Amino acid sequence: MAAINRDDVAHLAQLAHIEMSAEELDRMAGELAVIVDSVKSVSEAAGDDVPATSHPIPLTNVFREDVVGHTFTAEQSLSGAPDAYEGRFKVPAILDED
Amino acid sequence: MTDATLSFEEAMDKYDPVLGFEVHVELNTKTKMFSSAPNVFGDEPNTNVNEVDLGMPGVLPVVNKTAIESSIKIGLALNCKIAEKCRFARKNYFYPDTPKNFQTSQYDEPIAYDGYLDIELSDGTVFRVEIERAHMEEDAGKLTHMGGATGRIQGADYSLVDYNRSGVPLVEIVTKPIEGAGSRAPELAKAYVAAVREIVKNLGVSDAKMERGNVRCDANVSLRPHGRERFGIRSETKNVNSLRAVEHAVRYEIQRHAAVLDSGEPVIQETRHWHEDTRTTTSGRAKSDADDYRYFPEPDLVPITASREWVEELRATLPEPPAARRKRLQADWGYSDLEFRDVVNAGVMDEIEETIAAGATATVARKWWMGEIVGRAKNADVDPGQLGVNPATIVELNKMVEDGKINNKMASEVLDGVLAGEGTPAEIVEKRGLAVVSDDGPLLEAIDAALAAQPGVADKIRGGKIQAIGAIVGAVMKATRGQADAGRVKELILERLGVEG
Amino acid sequence: MTENNELIRLSAAALAEKLAAREITAVEVTQAYLDRIAAVDGKVHAFLHVNADEALAVAAEVDAIRAAGGAAAEELHVLAGVPIAVKDLIVTIGQPTTAGSKILEGWHSPYDATVVERLRAAKMPILGKTNLDEFAMGSSTEHSAYGPTHNPWDLDRIPGGSGGGSAAAVAAFEAPLALGTDTGGSIRQPGAVTGTVGVKPTYGGVSRYGAIAMASSLDQIGPVSRTVLDSALLHQVIGGHDPRDSTSLPDPLEDLVAAARTGNVEGMKIGIIKELHGEGYQAGVENRFNESLELLKGAGAEIVEVSCPNFKYALGAYYLIMPSEASSNLAKFDGVRYGLRVLPEQGPLTIERVMGATRAAGFGDEVKRRIILGTYALSAGYYDAYYGSAQKVRTLIQRDFDAAFEKADVLISPTAPTTAFKLGEKLNDPLAMYLNDVATIPANMAGVPGLSLPGGLADEDGLPVGIQLLAPARQDARLYRVGAVLESLLEAQWGGPLLDKAPSLTDSAVSSHGGSH
Repeated sequence: MAAINRDDVAHLAQLAHIEMSAEELDRMAGELAVIVDSVKSVSEAAGDDVPATSHPIPLTNVFREDVVGHTFTAEQSLSGAPDAYEGRFKVPAILDED
Repeated sequence: MTDATLSFEEAMDKYDPVLGFEVHVELNTKTKMFSSAPNVFGDEPNTNVNEVDLGMPGVLPVVNKTAIESSIKIGLALNCKIAEKCRFARKNYFYPDTPKNFQTSQYDEPIAYDGYLDIELSDGTVFRVEIERAHMEEDAGKLTHMGGATGRIQGADYSLVDYNRSGVPLVEIVTKPIEGAGSRAPELAKAYVAAVREIVKNLGVSDAKMERGNVRCDANVSLRPHGRERFGIRSETKNVNSLRAVEHAVRYEIQRHAAVLDSGEPVIQETRHWHEDTRTTTSGRAKSDADDYRYFPEPDLVPITASREWVEELRATLPEPPAARRKRLQADWGYSDLEFRDVVNAGVMDEIEETIAAGATATVARKWWMGEIVGRAKNADVDPGQLGVNPATIVELNKMVEDGKINNKMASEVLDGVLAGEGTPAEIVEKRGLAVVSDDGPLLEAIDAALAAQPGVADKIRGGKIQAIGAIVGAVMKATRGQADAGRVKELILERLGVEG
Repeated sequence: MTENNELIRLSAAALAEKLAAREITAVEVTQAYLDRIAAVDGKVHAFLHVNADEALAVAAEVDAIRAAGGAAAEELHVLAGVPIAVKDLIVTIGQPTTAGSKILEGWHSPYDATVVERLRAAKMPILGKTNLDEFAMGSSTEHSAYGPTHNPWDLDRIPGGSGGGSAAAVAAFEAPLALGTDTGGSIRQPGAVTGTVGVKPTYGGVSRYGAIAMASSLDQIGPVSRTVLDSALLHQVIGGHDPRDSTSLPDPLEDLVAAARTGNVEGMKIGIIKELHGEGYQAGVENRFNESLELLKGAGAEIVEVSCPNFKYALGAYYLIMPSEASSNLAKFDGVRYGLRVLPEQGPLTIERVMGATRAAGFGDEVKRRIILGTYALSAGYYDAYYGSAQKVRTLIQRDFDAAFEKADVLISPTAPTTAFKLGEKLNDPLAMYLNDVATIPANMAGVPGLSLPGGLADEDGLPVGIQLLAPARQDARLYRVGAVLESLLEAQWGGPLLDKAPSLTDSAVSSHGGSH
C-alpha cells in the first residue's frame, strides 16, 4: 500500500469537494499518512476465504407498500434553503455539463 | 465549428460499427423508489417531496416493493436471469440535482442479468441484442439553467433545482456490445429502443412516453476497421429523446467517428450531446471510465432475495409479449404480412389499435394512418403519434365521409385544418363551408356544361369507352370546386348519356 | 434550593413514582432542572440549546392530565413528565439541530426523529440539545464547533466523546436522562469518564431515522442515565421496530425493565476478554475492574476467560469503515438545500466552488480528516485493500464474539483504557485520541449491545472508571440484568451512588478552570 502524499490529498479533497489551502494539504498529508500506516494491517487480517460483512445483523427483503405518504409544501421544502427563487433552490452556475 | 463527417456509405465501407445502449425506464409506481412521496409528472416544484427526497440530515431510504416487482418483470420480459440475491450500492458524486450527492443504485449485483431481445427489422431480418443487465436506481431532480442566452448550461448565470423528480424509480437496461449490425446499425438502434419501449409499456410498468422522459436512451458508438477484433474508442451520446433521434444520432456518430479516424486522429472518449435541430452532436464533458464513483454496498438498505417461487408468481402475471400481440392483431385486423409490416415500421400500430377501439374498422384505421397521417408526420419531421391526431378525430372524419357529407378530398383538407388548430372536424366543415353538393341540379348543370365543352369525349363514352368519363368528372369537380361526390357525378353523367356504367 | 437539589438528584424511576403519586408536579421537576442548567451550565457547557418554553408546556400538559384523572391519566406513560436532554445529532422540530458543526448552525429540521416522536408520545419534556464532537467524530467533545464540554468531576478534563454533552448533563444533574448516539463508543466512553450509565443497543434495536448519519452500519441511538434501571426505562421508550429504518430489527423488544429488576446473576457465566484489559490500561482502571469481577463472583456468577484474537484489528477496521461511510453520509452538506453556504472570495462563482468553500468553512479539521480518509479508502484501486478488507475483519470480529458467547452469557471489560484526560492533552495526536475507543469499538463492528456503568474511582486521580458489559445480539436484557446487580453491589460498597462523591458545581470555591481535587 503506497503512503498517502500531498498530491493524493489534493485529488481526494477535490473528489470530496472541500477546498484546502496548501498548508492544509501538507498538514493533512502528514496526519493521514500516520493513520493510514496504522490501519494497513487490516488488509492482512483476513484471507480470501473470509466473506465481507456489510450489515452487522442480517436482514433481507425489507419493503414498503407503494402507498403515498406525507409531502412537504414548497415552503417547507425551502425552509432552510440558502437561496431560492420561485419555489426552487437556486444555485450559482454549474461548470460541468452532464 | 461543426465536426467533419464522412458520408455514411464511405464510413461503412471502411469501418465496422459496434453499438451499446443504456436505456433508462421510469417506472409508473405511485410512489418513489425509496420514499413514499408521490411519483407524479408536473406539479408545483418541490411539493412532491418529503425529507427523504431532499436528502435532509438523518433520513433513511425504504425500498418500494412494487418497484422491485416491476424490475423483475422487466428482467423476465428481457429474458434475463433474476438474481437470487442482490443489493443496492451507493454511487458517489456531487451534483446539485442529486440531493444526497450520491445515487442509490446497483453496482456489481444487479437484479437481472444475461438476457436478450430479438429485434425484427423492417425487412423481416431478426437481430439478437444481448442484454448485459437491468438494475434499479433512483432519478435525480430537475435543473433549469437561467440567465444565459440559450437556456443551456454554458453561459448560464445560475440554475434552479426542483426535486419533484428526485427519487423516481428507474430501471437501467444495459446491452452487451452489439456487433455485426454493419450499415443497419442506425436502423437497429431505433428498432431496439422501440422494442424496449413497447415491452415496458405493454408490461404496464411505465408510461413509456419518450417525450416525457419515461424512456431515455444513451447511445454508445465506436468504429473499428473491418476485420479487427479490438473495439475502437467509444463516445456516449445523451439527450436522445425520440426514436428518430436514436437513429439519426447513431448515424451521425458513425459518420463523425469515421472522419476522425480517417484523419489519423484518435476518437476522444467522451460524452456528447445530441441536438435535434442541427442533427449533430457536440462535445460534453470528457467521459472517463475512471470516473471515481467509489461504489460501496448501501449500508442503509438490506439485500433483496428473489425466491424462485416469487419470480414464478411474477412471471405468471406477465401479459402477452409484444411479438405475440402483433401476430394476434394482424390476424384480427386481417392485414396482409406486407400491410402489417408497413404499419409496424411506420410506428402506428398502437394508434391503429386505439382508433379501432374508438369505433373505426381496421381498414378505415389503416387507410387514415398510413394514407394521410404518416406522410404528414414525415413532412413535419415528427413521429406519427406526435402529430396531434387523435383517434376520435379520425372516427368523426370517416363518419362524415361515409354519411356523404364530405368526400375524401375534403376530409383530407379538414384534417389539415384540425392539425392547424382550427377546431374540430365539424367546426372546420362549418367554417369553410365544405359540403358535398348533394343536390343534383347544380351537378347536372355542370355536367351539361362539361359535355358540351368536350363533345369528343361524350362520343367516346357513348361508344363504350367508359374510362374517358374521367375527363368529364374532372371538369365537373373543378367547376364545383371539389365539392361534388365523384361517384354521384359519374352516375349522373352516364344517366345523361344514356349509358350503362 | 435544597428542595430542588433533592429533586434533581432523584433517579428517573424515583421521579416517575413521585409524579404518578402526585407528590410532585412535572412542572416543578422540569423547572428544577432548568434552574440547575442555568446555575451550572456556564461551567459545564453540556447544552447547545435550552428548550425551556416547550419543555414547561409539555410538563404542564402532563400535570393537567394527571389532575383530571380518568382514562387519560391511566394511559400516561410511566415516564410522562420526566425531563430528558437530546444529543444535538438527533433532529427535533422546534429546536435547532447543529450536529456540533458550523455547517448546520441554526438549522431547524422540518421533521422529528422517530425516537423524538416516541419521547413526545410519552410526554417527556425535552430540556434541550446537548453538545457533541462535530458530527459525532471524536472521543472528547473537543471537536465541537461550539466549544468543549467540561467534565463535572473536573472541569479541566474532557467528558468523553462524542456524546460528552449528554453524559455531562446527566452527571451534573442538569437532566435525569439523555439520548446519545454510539458509533464506536460515543455513549459508553463518556459514561465511563463521567460516572454515568450509557447503553448501545443491538444494532437495529433503536431506529436511526432522524439521527444524522455518521457510519450507517455502526450508529445506534441509546440511553444515558445515572442508573441502570433508568436506562432500561428509557430504552423501552425509544426501542423497537421502525418501518422508516430498513435496518431496524423486526422483533419486538424484550422487557428490559423486568430484566433490570431481576436482582440476581446466579449461574451466569461472565467472560473476561483477554485482549481488553491489562497492558495499555491505566492501573486504577484495572483495579476497579478486578473489584467488579470479585463482586460478581461473590454474587454467584462464574467468571471465565475468553480470547478474541481478531479484536486487535478492530480499531484499524473501524477507522476504515467509519470514515468511508461518513465520507458518503456527509456529502449532502454542500450549501444547496440547507445549512451554511459560503461563496468563494475570488474567482468564478460556480456551484462546485461554492460547495468547496462551504465545506471548507463549515467542517472542522477532524471531520475533514475523516472525510478525506474515507474518500481514500473507497477510491478506485484501494477499495479491496481498505474498505473491503475492513468488512472482512468485521466478519472475524463477529466470529470471535460468537465463539466467546459459547462460553459466557455476558462479556466484561473496562469501558476505556484511561480515566478522563485533560482538555487539550490529546488534541494534536489523532491516533492517541482514537485509542480511547479500543474497548468499545468491537461491539459496534459486530452489532452486539454494550452497557457501561460506573465501577468506582481510580486511585491515582479520583476520577470515574467505567465497567463495560457486552451481550449477544438481541440479548440486551442480559446487560440490564447483570448491570443492575453489579450496580447495587457497588453502591452498597460506596454507601450510595458514585455521583454523590462528585464535587459540587455550585460551590463558590470551584471555578471553571483550575482547582484540583
